[in-house]
Amino acid sequence: MLTYTLRRLLLSIPTLIFISLVIFLLLELAPGDPLADQPLTIPPEVRERMRAALGLGEPVYVRYWKWLVQFFWVEPRVMLDAWLGTAMAVGEQRIISWQFRAPVFDVIWQRLPQTLWVVGMAYIIGVLIALPIGIISAYRQYSWFDQIGTFVAMIGFSVPTFFTGVLLIVIFAVNLGWFPSIYDTTLRVTDWPSFVRQVQQMAMPVAVLALYNAAQISRYMRASMLDNLNQDYVRTARAKGMTEPVVVLLHVLRNSMIPVVTVIALGVPSIFGGAIITEQVFKVNGLGQALIGAIYANDLPMVQTLAFIFAILIVLFNLVADVLYGLLDPRIRYD
Amino acid sequence: MPDGATAVLAVNGLKTVFRTRGGEVHAVNTVSFRLRPGEVLGVVGESGSGKSVTMMSLLGLLPSPPAELRAGEVLFEGRDLTRLPPEALRRVRGAGIGFVFQDPMTSLNPVFTVGFQIMEPLRKHLGMTRAQAAARAAELLDLVGIPDPRARLRDYPHQFSGGMRQRVMIAIALACNPKVLIADEPTTALDVTIQAQILELVRDLRQKLGMAIIWITHDLGVIAGIADRVMVMYGGQVVEEAPVKRLFSAPRHPYTRALLGTIPHIRGPRAPRLRVIEGQPPILRAHPAACPFRARCAHALPRCAAENPPRFPLGGGHDVACFWDADTGAAREAAPREGGARHG
Repeated sequence: MLTYTLRRLLLSIPTLIFISLVIFLLLELAPGDPLADQPLTIPPEVRERMRAALGLGEPVYVRYWKWLVQFFWVEPRVMLDAWLGTAMAVGEQRIISWQFRAPVFDVIWQRLPQTLWVVGMAYIIGVLIALPIGIISAYRQYSWFDQIGTFVAMIGFSVPTFFTGVLLIVIFAVNLGWFPSIYDTTLRVTDWPSFVRQVQQMAMPVAVLALYNAAQISRYMRASMLDNLNQDYVRTARAKGMTEPVVVLLHVLRNSMIPVVTVIALGVPSIFGGAIITEQVFKVNGLGQALIGAIYANDLPMVQTLAFIFAILIVLFNLVADVLYGLLDPRIRYD
Repeated sequence: MPDGATAVLAVNGLKTVFRTRGGEVHAVNTVSFRLRPGEVLGVVGESGSGKSVTMMSLLGLLPSPPAELRAGEVLFEGRDLTRLPPEALRRVRGAGIGFVFQDPMTSLNPVFTVGFQIMEPLRKHLGMTRAQAAARAAELLDLVGIPDPRARLRDYPHQFSGGMRQRVMIAIALACNPKVLIADEPTTALDVTIQAQILELVRDLRQKLGMAIIWITHDLGVIAGIADRVMVMYGGQVVEEAPVKRLFSAPRHPYTRALLGTIPHIRGPRAPRLRVIEGQPPILRAHPAACPFRARCAHALPRCAAENPPRFPLGGGHDVACFWDADTGAAREAAPREGGARHG
């Protein structure tokens, strides 16, 4: 298992380098000018100098190489400096966002907590809701519980988050006034009232995303449980005189979790990607909003860095899913 | 037929119905039989004759819905299993009556070790500690002829071959020293040499442990080799029951005779085609009011379409549910024995 993991990690390096090249070239081909929003009164020669100052005068391969060096060599050392208090990367050129004129990673570190809190919490809650619903729906297939679960899952899955989000805002923020409609990033949780306010402002975006996640995962859970409930080994467990909780929650669930855990692990990178639309609706200035803003502003360093971080997370969690699969299913051998 | 007091398991008038969208299917129709301590009762019949469903109904192992036990009683250790509360019935399963299923490749849980699966009923029913259960599980694996049992407890089912898995299934069924072992086509999915090994093992275990065995199969060769008494089932009812020698030498039901006729012989001239019983077994939408075999029967009489034949005793533990008398080649005159008559 360890050698397999190491081999996969090594193999992911060329994959990621290829992905980085594709992202870089795609953005290079995309139309748009980072100086488009500068006043038209700027004379062309000044405009040229500004372009050169952003590094746009260099050939593509030079800019790609510099970005790679900054991403893999400079930025990790900056991070280590911040954590360990060393001074390895002082004065070195970092990846600079064109719109903020600040290092891209500083922006990411500012945006990450809100995204992790809101989207991550929604994912955890979604999973915690989805698993019992999926299990009960499968065990009592076609019961009223299953019918309602199927109906709610279909709504959660098919109604877009920008609709449910706005609906919740209209009901709970505008009419009832229970929750704020705008997420306040500057809120610091220091005491009980501020904690309550934090919970209040998280409630709606978390509810919207949790419904969406739960709808998806509960269907996987239900299907996987149904696959296993009719297996011969379930009859064997009953014939051994095991109680229904043991049969369902030990024998069946352990087998059913194998594909579901994979689905859950593969969904984790999307947490970091932020729920772009939901963050937009509730004005949570997380990573998703950062990406959208950067695309609007033609902030290429920001866009390609964020896109590449998402790519790394996806490759990484694919590996995590495969390793978990191997741990859960003794029939899988990786050596 | 021995009386109920000496039987370890007595089934009277068992009826099981499946409720499906297309209507009811009557899978078990008033089945009665007795199992004496230490004997091997063979149950034969083609696919869909109700053999497995009968045995699964005994322990409530059929999913309900769609299955529904309509009538009958199952007496085991002086209690009627059909009326036991679920908790008490669970204690009978595994502890009192062991079950071995047809396909050893899928009957074991793939994600748990073999040791865990054998120890589960030991810890549940006998209240053993982990260490006691592990020791007993190793003994059981040794008993069913698996070499190096202690080490193999930590292996997963996929690390065993088909025959070895069936041995593990037998070990699980035997774990709590059950009085009755129900083996539902345990050798059907295995190749012939492994089948012979499993038969040998069961014969041997029966000698050692003295339990009663119900052996379900559609392989008459297996029945001849292992059973003391044979019950032939068709259309969810018992059509003939006899000691094994008697059944093979003097079969009385046309269905049994046809079944025996389908066995190809290795001596003598080779038949150009294998003999078959023409037609399909019926799917019974209601309780049979006539003989379910009449459409495929060479000796069908007018009476067969009008009423369902009861089981006529022939003496010597032999009975047959047929209006046609194989000895005279004509309709049967004798009235059915009291109590053997079918109700419903």
